[in-house]
Amino acid sequence: MIDFLLGRLSTEYFPSDPVTIGAAVGMPLTVVGLVALITYLKRWKWLWNNWLTSLDAKKIGVMYVIVAIIMLVRGVADAGMLRLQTALAAGDATGPFSTDTFQQVFTAHGTIMIFFVAMGLMFGLINVVMPLMIGARDMAFPFLNSISLWLFVAGMILVNTSLVFGGFSNGGWLGYPPLTELQYNPGPGVDYWIWSLQIAGIGSLLSGINFAVTIIKHRAPGMTWFKMPIFPWSVLVTSVLIMLAFPILTVTLALLSLDRTMGMHFFTSDLGGNAMMYINLIWAWGHPEVYILVLPAFGIYSEVVATFAKKALFGYKTMVYALIAIMFLSFVVWQHHFFTMGAGANVNAFFGIMTMVIAIPTGVKIFNWLFTMYRGRIRFRAPMVWFLAFVVTFTIGGVTGVMMAVPALDFQVHNSMFLVAHFHNTIIGGVVFGFFAAMTYWFPKIFGFRLNDRLGRYSAIAWQIGFIVAFMPLYALGLMGAVRRIDSYSDPTWQPFFITSGIGVLIIALGIGLFMLQIIYSVWKRKELRDTTGDPWDGRTLEWSVPSPAPHYNFAVQPVVTHRDEWWHRKKTHYQAPHKSEYRDVWLPKNSAVGLLIGLMACGAGFGIIWHLWWLVGLLALGIIVIIIIRTTKDDTEYLLTAEELLKEDRRAKGMAV
Amino acid sequence: MRHETVDTLNRKADKAELGFWLYLMTDVIIFASLFATYLVLRNNTAGGPSAADLFEPRYAFVETLILLTSSFTCGIAAIAFKFGKKQLGLGLLMATIVLGTAFLTLELLEFGTLVREGHSWQASAFLSAFFTLVGTHGFHILIGLIWAAVTGGYIMSNGLTRNAVRKFTLFSLFWHFLDVVWIFLFTIVYLLGELS
Ligand code: HEM
Ligand SMILES: [Cu+2]
Repeated sequence: MIDFLLGRLSTEYFPSDPVTIGAAVGMPLTVVGLVALITYLKRWKWLWNNWLTSLDAKKIGVMYVIVAIIMLVRGVADAGMLRLQTALAAGDATGPFSTDTFQQVFTAHGTIMIFFVAMGLMFGLINVVMPLMIGARDMAFPFLNSISLWLFVAGMILVNTSLVFGGFSNGGWLGYPPLTELQYNPGPGVDYWIWSLQIAGIGSLLSGINFAVTIIKHRAPGMTWFKMPIFPWSVLVTSVLIMLAFPILTVTLALLSLDRTMGMHFFTSDLGGNAMMYINLIWAWGHPEVYILVLPAFGIYSEVVATFAKKALFGYKTMVYALIAIMFLSFVVWQHHFFTMGAGANVNAFFGIMTMVIAIPTGVKIFNWLFTMYRGRIRFRAPMVWFLAFVVTFTIGGVTGVMMAVPALDFQVHNSMFLVAHFHNTIIGGVVFGFFAAMTYWFPKIFGFRLNDRLGRYSAIAWQIGFIVAFMPLYALGLMGAVRRIDSYSDPTWQPFFITSGIGVLIIALGIGLFMLQIIYSVWKRKELRDTTGDPWDGRTLEWSVPSPAPHYNFAVQPVVTHRDEWWHRKKTHYQAPHKSEYRDVWLPKNSAVGLLIGLMACGAGFGIIWHLWWLVGLLALGIIVIIIIRTTKDDTEYLLTAEELLKEDRRAKGMAV
Repeated sequence: MRHETVDTLNRKADKAELGFWLYLMTDVIIFASLFATYLVLRNNTAGGPSAADLFEPRYAFVETLILLTSSFTCGIAAIAFKFGKKQLGLGLLMATIVLGTAFLTLELLEFGTLVREGHSWQASAFLSAFFTLVGTHGFHILIGLIWAAVTGGYIMSNGLTRNAVRKFTLFSLFWHFLDVVWIFLFTIVYLLGELS
């Protein structure tokens, strides 16, 4: 009976080494502190009504971004621990962390950075601006959108719970079996990894469907496919990739979990299991995943460059075709992640060539941005500085990527520090810089004031320098023979490189500090930085046509589009604001706590599976089904905003007399 | 939705249908991955029995007939609802539920026999793949049955509103989809299993 109630919960799973204890005590204390602060400020009601239960895509987006930034701090702290260890543990010396801790830390770092930082920032930014850019009031399914958010948060909570209780997986961010099978990893760590990804991944899948339907069905009248800005285009392509790739992840994780909980033999080393099938499946998701992350960033750069060069984007149509080409190609390159598996020369040649081919549309895009800048009136504001840092960093990453696409060369650098440098080049330079550019660029649209530009530029420059110092030595180390994921090494000549790399992490941390400072300082100076026009950068697309902060109904009057850069065109042609008679009644989604509830229950169910509390899993699964049934059979989920109210609110937002 | 215009209602139905189609596409990928897994592991029997030894295509054929009939009753129910024949539609929906339950029972009986004879999912990679693939389909059927019951209840209490018809359309899409998946399952697992 006790076994039934408690599953495999046991006090032995509390952490025992001092570093982890520190984190395990610190984290809950921070949460308790936050709760106390909110209570003290009497802000619960405000938080509940304005944020937690909101179905407004912009608010959902902001919540995604906040969670992702907190996770970024954790991810970078993890990276700092890894680099501290490798800076010290040369020759006979030992570093501060045990091998097992080190393995958990790099697994947590990779998992958190990809799923809870990069994906979180991406979903957040898409929610914040995509509907505005296509002239829509909201997402196609606002309620589904909140479920996605809360499933994402549920996964995040599970990852962090592992730190306090049970420990995380030591199997790397992709959890290769047979190491992650029960035989070698009987503890709960791998299960934490599986279920945090599984739950967040289902949220991602729902988001993909939601974004695609929104773009297909909610574009403003007149916005034909080739009048749609590039950012929504990139979101559409990313959504298609999500819908095609994420189900594979769902299946792969489910199979691994069945091996671990039901004693099946998909990937075990006995009774016919086939671990290489796991590697194939996970990369059939994993390679598209990297494009899922980077394409929206490409979309962001397209908007930023056009705005700050004050020119229409060069080669708009080739941009779209390049996106579509990448969408197809990204599904025929996955095997480049395991050229060394032994699939044979012909298979390797095929995937090697496809990998080189995919570099072509990517190169096209880089040149299009450069040509957009050519003869433009460029303003070097913070978003533009992020963009320039991207061009430099990402291009290096692209070049080393094509190098590794040559199977013969990849045999030398496979799973080495060279690879680690390569993918950070593309993912930090491509994805993270893009999302930082976006946060700076669209901040005023959501909060009504700009961010201090100078601190933004400093932050970008610190990231750029820190990046070079942290990762360029890794290329050299890789060529010298350093493999990835090592916590100590015997060759002392490597140490200077590792120390340099560690210093780079400090500079990157400075960059993050400057970014935080930028936000705090700008909040303090928000009066001076206020955006009264709604169009602080002299922008080109529809989101700049509404007041800042963007009102909850987005557009008081449904815009009709005639040009690709609609807002720019309007400014040039002395567009008249809509007349009173053009306002119409609109229906908006009511707040709902159901998404939040589903997220919490999913989190609890995940915890139940990890700890074998089957009664809890059963109860919560049943609860989720019942809640969904109740919600879907309920009809009055929207409220009416009448034309008169809308007119009043619109005039107030624009600072006119009501 | 008391005050909404027909126009916004149509738009909503449109959106829901597109979203649901996209969801079904993602489910196609789920099944495709499971089929691929099954095909890779089909011969990894670890010295135990293979598909040819274990499966009885005639049994599966009966299951197929039952599921196809349930798809048929579901299709007719959709037509009945479209023409406002509420009672007839509900009756046919009931028939769909009964047939679906029969199908699921047969499947579980088959599983039970296999396990009792010592061929459980733990016996070999082949059996793991088999139970997972067929079980996932069965799980979808279970969800479909719950959904059918809920939709039936909704129509009984709210009448044939636009919303109700919309909900039923989505359900019938789902049910037909499961039928198509089963045809593949029947062919690849049971018929091909016999041949090998
Ligand atoms: C902020 C600066 C960052 C630093 C200093 C850093 C540093 C590191 C280090 C030291 C490793 C372990 C390398 C090894 O020994 O194998 C690593 C692995 C990894 N990093 Fe980062 N990283 C950073 C940012 C990111 C970001 C933004 C992402 C993704 C969005 C990311 C994704 C990964 C992944 C997927 C791994 C592989 C984990 C594994 O081996 O399983 N990193 N990083
Ligand atoms: Cu790849």
